Amino acid sequence: MTLQRLTRPLTLVLLSAVVLYPLVWMLGSSFKSPAEVLNNVAVLPDEWTPGNYTDGWSNFDVSFGRFFVNSALVAGLTVVANCISCLLAAYAFARLKFRLRGFWFAIMIGTLLLPGHVLIVPQFVMFKTFGWVGGDWPYAPLIVPQLLATEAFFVFLMVQFMRGVPRDLDEAATIDGCSPYGVFRHVILPLSRPALVSTAIFSFIWTWNDFFRQLVYLSDLEKYTAPVALTLFIDSSGQSSVGPMFAMSVLSLAPVFLFFVAFQRMLVEGINTSGLKG
Amino acid sequence: MATTARPSPTAPTTGPAASQRRGRPAKRKNDGVAGYVFLSPWLLGLLAITAIPMLMSLYLSFTNYDVLSDWESMKWVGLDNYRTMFTEDPSFWHAVRVTLVFALVATPLKLAAALGVAMLLNRSFKAAGLFRGLFYLPSLLGGSVALAIVWVNMFNRDGAFNSFLGWFGIEGKAWVNDPDFALGTLILLAVWQFGAPMVIFLAGLKQVPVELYEAASVDGASPWRKFLSITLPMLSPVIFFNLVLETINGFQGFTSAFVLSNGTGGPVDSTLMYTLHLYIKGWNEYQMGYASAMAWVFLLAIGLVTAVVFRTGKFWVHYSDGED
Repeated sequence: MTLQRLTRPLTLVLLSAVVLYPLVWMLGSSFKSPAEVLNNVAVLPDEWTPGNYTDGWSNFDVSFGRFFVNSALVAGLTVVANCISCLLAAYAFARLKFRLRGFWFAIMIGTLLLPGHVLIVPQFVMFKTFGWVGGDWPYAPLIVPQLLATEAFFVFLMVQFMRGVPRDLDEAATIDGCSPYGVFRHVILPLSRPALVSTAIFSFIWTWNDFFRQLVYLSDLEKYTAPVALTLFIDSSGQSSVGPMFAMSVLSLAPVFLFFVAFQRMLVEGINTSGLKG
Repeated sequence: MATTARPSPTAPTTGPAASQRRGRPAKRKNDGVAGYVFLSPWLLGLLAITAIPMLMSLYLSFTNYDVLSDWESMKWVGLDNYRTMFTEDPSFWHAVRVTLVFALVATPLKLAAALGVAMLLNRSFKAAGLFRGLFYLPSLLGGSVALAIVWVNMFNRDGAFNSFLGWFGIEGKAWVNDPDFALGTLILLAVWQFGAPMVIFLAGLKQVPVELYEAASVDGASPWRKFLSITLPMLSPVIFFNLVLETINGFQGFTSAFVLSNGTGGPVDSTLMYTLHLYIKGWNEYQMGYASAMAWVFLLAIGLVTAVVFRTGKFWVHYSDGED
């Protein structure tokens, strides 16, 4: 009987150990000295040395800090672009009546399932013709699509959210003389904050982790984002760079981890409120 | 986490038509114009970022074009790209096989792990929230280059996995350099990220009425029987949702394969995912026409698989009337 009662917690603890192992191992290895990285496979180093972090930071001609700044720039602009453009589109789909709305909505759902890899070749050719690839500011191809609400997932998410906002509020505002623009400004925008926060967090994490598009569009070392720069370590895979590579990997995962920690609380709140609704 | 972000899969999607049916008292005339004003960024995006590039890539797929030179160098070659792909490029078929194996092995394993752990967590106990968050974490980190790097090193000759095997007296090898095992390590990385579908399963499990289990217990049903007759059918819409999502994701694996093989698809093409082959053709060999042809075949293949999943769904997905 006691054994049966212990099975569940034991399984869960064991499973957490397996799930967490790679992360702890990565963190531990990033503090190992060059000799230890090769010979000591234990999770934690015998001697903690921060050397990998300083080495990794200045491993290339361009400081790794620059790559993080570039990544943050791309992710930050993407967050803003997604929040604005998807909110506008979602308001139209969720609240306004216009011709062909059902048709456009169906198309939007269709693009949800469209794999990004299918479009990357012609988009690249197109942006190249515009002269947006390379140059002083090669990030336009990474951000302009987000300004045009192409991330259908977030449009859909916000439409679903707005459907939960009571229509009486819109109607009251309309009776008080609000135009559709006024309703958007005074009712929908303030009430959509939770959906905007979700969109912002997921936009940030996905963009921060994104690799394929950044790899395709960024070719100048100084403009590299963190993921693209990390692959340089693989190229130069001399054994000496393993430690710095781990250290920079840890740093590049840190923002996502921090978002995760901060977001946990919101998650619980979100579940509580949705639980109240039934 | 995903429950708050992803729209609940258990709620049937009602199109915008649903709100129209509700019948509103006063029709606002300027809504029509306003609708298109608010929709205009999305419409422009649909046209410029999605529709036109799609047509462009269809055209490109019948040409030879290297992007580096100007448009005049583009040469119409008819169906040559498709012919080469199907008959003269052994790597293409390799990529198809690798991708199919990856998606068809990783997806069921991942979903099984997700469902299993979700059922373990579907009790109210203090640490449930903590475990849920913990198991979800890999889904956020796992798609990154950084984690793929760690993963590859873990399964290298001197990696942590071999030291684990060492405890049992088994001598490991450099799994990531072995054509028979390299893809397997990537499948494990995908399964490790079972947290996202798990959170969705958990939300689904909470919707299953407890009375059903109680009634089954009274009738003397075994836990296994309850799982087969209550949990699986009640959860089938959520399983379906996860299956569609994860299958499509599975076909698009790129980052981990790129990191493991340093962008080559090696060892011996064993991790040459379809998207990686497409990348090599387009950006290493500058064959944009060929890459476009590959993209179209990819689109059709994914469309076909999705259609098949939806078709079979009719036979095993049950929508209970009580929902919503």
